[in-house]
Amino acid sequence: MSTISRDEVARVAALARIDLSPEEVDRFAGELDVIVESIARVREVATPDVPATSHPLPMTNVFREDVPTPALPVADVLAAAPDAEDGRFAVPQILGEE
Amino acid sequence: MTTTSATPVALVDYDDAVRRYDPVLGIEVHVELGTRTKMFCSAEQSFGADPNTQTTPVSLGLPGALPVVNGTAVEYAIRIGLALNCQIAESCRFARKNYFYPDVPKNFQTSQYDEPIAFDGWLDVELEDGTVHRVEIERAHMEEDAGKNTHVGGAAGRIHGAEYSLVDYNRAGVPLVEIVTRPITGAGERAPEVARAYVQALRDIFRVLDVSEARMERGNVRADVNVSLRPTADSPLGTRTETKNVNSFRSVERAVRYEISRQAGLLDAGDTVVQETRHFHEDDGSTSPGRVKSDAEDYRYFPEPDLVPVAPSRAWVEEIRATLPELPQARRRRLHDEWGFADAEMRDVVNAGALDLIEATIAAGASPAAARKWWMGELARRAKQSEVELAALAITPAQIGELQSLVDSGRINDKIARQVLDGVLAGEGDPEQVVVARGLEVVSDDGALLAAIDEALAAQPDVVEKVRGGNQGPVGAIIGAVMKATKGQADAKRVRELVLERIAG
Amino acid sequence: MTDLTRLSAARLAELLAAGEASSVEATRAHLDRIAAVDGDVHAYLHVSDEVALATAADVDARRAAGEELHPLAGVPIAVKDVVVTKGTPSTAGSKILEGWIPPYDATLVEKIRAAGLPILGKTNMDEFAMGSSTEHSAYGNTHNPWDLERIPGGSGGGSAAAVAAFEAPLAIGTDTGGSIRQPGAVTGTVGVKPTYGGVSRYGLIAMASSLDQAGPVTRTVLDSALLHELIGGHDPRDSTSIPEPLPPIVAAAREGALGDLSGLRVGVVTQLQGEGYQAGVLARFHESLELLTKAGAEIVEVSCPSFEYALAAYYLIMPSEASSNLAKFDGMRFGLRVEPEEGPVTAERVMAATRGAGFGDEVKRRVILGTYALSAGYYDAYYGSAQKVRTLIQRDFDAAFAAADVLVSPTAPTTAFRFGEKLDDPLAMYLNDVATIPANLAGVPGISVPNGLATSDDGAALPTGFQILAPAKADDRLYRVGAALESALESSWGAPLLARAPELG
Repeated sequence: MSTISRDEVARVAALARIDLSPEEVDRFAGELDVIVESIARVREVATPDVPATSHPLPMTNVFREDVPTPALPVADVLAAAPDAEDGRFAVPQILGEE
Repeated sequence: MTTTSATPVALVDYDDAVRRYDPVLGIEVHVELGTRTKMFCSAEQSFGADPNTQTTPVSLGLPGALPVVNGTAVEYAIRIGLALNCQIAESCRFARKNYFYPDVPKNFQTSQYDEPIAFDGWLDVELEDGTVHRVEIERAHMEEDAGKNTHVGGAAGRIHGAEYSLVDYNRAGVPLVEIVTRPITGAGERAPEVARAYVQALRDIFRVLDVSEARMERGNVRADVNVSLRPTADSPLGTRTETKNVNSFRSVERAVRYEISRQAGLLDAGDTVVQETRHFHEDDGSTSPGRVKSDAEDYRYFPEPDLVPVAPSRAWVEEIRATLPELPQARRRRLHDEWGFADAEMRDVVNAGALDLIEATIAAGASPAAARKWWMGELARRAKQSEVELAALAITPAQIGELQSLVDSGRINDKIARQVLDGVLAGEGDPEQVVVARGLEVVSDDGALLAAIDEALAAQPDVVEKVRGGNQGPVGAIIGAVMKATKGQADAKRVRELVLERIAG
Repeated sequence: MTDLTRLSAARLAELLAAGEASSVEATRAHLDRIAAVDGDVHAYLHVSDEVALATAADVDARRAAGEELHPLAGVPIAVKDVVVTKGTPSTAGSKILEGWIPPYDATLVEKIRAAGLPILGKTNMDEFAMGSSTEHSAYGNTHNPWDLERIPGGSGGGSAAAVAAFEAPLAIGTDTGGSIRQPGAVTGTVGVKPTYGGVSRYGLIAMASSLDQAGPVTRTVLDSALLHELIGGHDPRDSTSIPEPLPPIVAAAREGALGDLSGLRVGVVTQLQGEGYQAGVLARFHESLELLTKAGAEIVEVSCPSFEYALAAYYLIMPSEASSNLAKFDGMRFGLRVEPEEGPVTAERVMAATRGAGFGDEVKRRVILGTYALSAGYYDAYYGSAQKVRTLIQRDFDAAFAAADVLVSPTAPTTAFRFGEKLDDPLAMYLNDVATIPANLAGVPGISVPNGLATSDDGAALPTGFQILAPAKADDRLYRVGAALESALESSWGAPLLARAPELG
């Protein structure tokens, strides 16, 4: 039984912004399935009375003073940009912009 | 995209709409905090810097960079929470809100999800006529701002001849607090006013708390306005629309009005309101649907593993509470009592933005009545003439205080005072300096006055006769002559006394 | 003359301090070795000849001038390519970062530079540290110096192979589920994953933020302690960094080498032996236990029942965090940008095309799994449940450390396998990490010490590793026990294990 269908892989790939070939979609649907099934195990012991742990060592309130440090030089900022113009990053047309 | 939101709809007349439908609002306000550095890194933040000159590897989202929370931003968030009568969380966390967008450098926004720093509060907002409407606050949470995209038209056509955008990450990572209301009900036809007054009240609070410059025109404060209609106050909530980034008080009011009229049109036509994001258009006050996002808001929130929980100690929270400044509404109430103005007078003062000016004028020695008289009278008239705000007039409360004390001490009279005002506004200096320079001091030396009086009496013996005969009516003619002779600088009351003494003499 | 590449870092440092060798000589010797053997091994993705030699010359000059230097000053080092290095390419083994030159240094790199260690270059790895064989590098396989047809482990196969092939005396690794310890085991080298928060993560290209930890890769336990001490300690730029000094790890390594473990309780974890472990691996493990007993340690058996669920929990937490951490690789600000072959060129489509072309199979697999696990409706059942397993594993560790001072197991269930053997079976590949993952989930420190050769299923004699785990912040125990075992083993062998490795080149 497949837990993750081809359609589901395609939906998730779109959400993750990864173009997949049809062959990749097929392959991942099969492979992810194995993993997801093995992961169902986790739920066997993750009962409501067990609290979740997000960090290995419990710490709280790690704050920084509100004091500026020098910014990266603009040349460094843009050095790796695939495209730049007027001190800004040039990116393809953004859908959903007004 | 659905047909209902794309096709033009017949707007229903506003008054008609609110007669037949009950509007429910929900308002999300984002305020940029005025900290020196960003939410999660030490890049300086200030308005108007050159593009991409205020970034670090963290705010650029470079591989390997890690966030560290700005403690001052947390303090500001707590201040805001307390001012809005919220509970402050014993412990709360940041979460990642995952979505791809070029102005979000990490392709997730570090925000708070199910554990906001402040929750369950309220704010009483006062409308212009003094009506108070309580707005319940669901939560206030911390997050970071995005960068700024500038859309470049396709004519230049660099990327395959298509349009493209330029991105500046200076704003990326600027600390924000987002304040979310519970559904605002019961406002009825006054819903647009309530929305406006609420946003305005928040803006005033941010300023008093000194957590933000809160300048609407700079986008320091931005509102997203949710509107839905239902047949009656007992009906279940209708489908809402969210109009994003409404950036002035007036626009908030207009956007709500428009949506009420538009949604009423849809419902009247038997259509359904589509739950969607809409954009407000300043030019005609309308809203239009935004593009539908393919990801359907699946933000995949999870606790930010690069940050640890924020657990403000109760001692810290109480320390912040103890140092909160007096909030605008409490201050208005206190001043109202202290000054003894009538309700209507007080409202006019508040609506004219004269509260601070009058308070400062009183602090400079004037009586409340005198301070109000100047700012709401002569100065309001001049501000209106010049089409500027009261506070923009070239005169200070201290100068008005000085002016009034000159009047009170009898050195000038009210009429002269207006001339002094002219001088101050013309940049001739403080009132005292203007009086001296223009030679406007009231002539109070009886000797000088008596000379002028004697001259006037000698010139009008018939008047003297009439007065001696018991008819005091014509005495004004003598006083007028004296005032004329002293160029108006004599104290008219004193002149009258002396004239009567002289005639009786 | 001594072959400077064959010395331990500690010994080389002594020669440098005594003026018996220069850093330039040592650095050149390693660069020559790289030139001679790296064509076969392919441990390096980038070799920084000039920068390394310049650092070496500078250290030599400062030493000549009588300046007080760090004990490791002048000793060359290799850095895993997942660590950002200012001015030197940092690809994390991915095409999507090909040619990216970071504008900043990781904190641990700053420390290495400040101490004057010449950085020889950047080492190969599984793409974004996702893998256990280095076969998932976008830049070709690294070969195990013991058998060039076999994997060097992963993800840090490059760092382990560089050290095993005498191409560097020291290297930096990162360990999210075993990426330092497992390559150490299969290449006959020492690798340490410090306590989570013991070494700054600032500047490590993140895979799973709550699991990632950088640490030393060396040929001796003392060398690891020296390097650990250099790169460890509190860093205010990493919110999860432990705000305390490191325990006395170098002293512990020196003390352990004396061979007395009297009074030490060594816990053998029931769940980390038996099924799935190669017979030779288990034989070496039990021999090592005997040596520890001879040194005075008491062996106790401890049970950690929740470890059974560790792999499953890991394969939820790791991809979930990775899917978000890797979102920033989108072709907008740095790295590869690929336009879609057909259709409109929009930011959204360019991002997807870039990520489709720039990520390898394993990265896509994990990002998709993580996105799925976090996406609407699955969070609680997946990521949330996995976080609970984490609690259970921590409880198991707490109980085990109440009964034993350290816990031990074979580091990896098998010796090095041949290329391609497990590439098409992700689950089999993931099982390599079954013994190392619990430490990452609980944040406790672990070391792998080479403990002999075992005959693989196909008849080759290959290295095995002995894993020692200690309670959080008690990293010193790893060094004490590791050094004691190392010294007992080397006495029994008469030479270090690597002396038995085949000659290369």
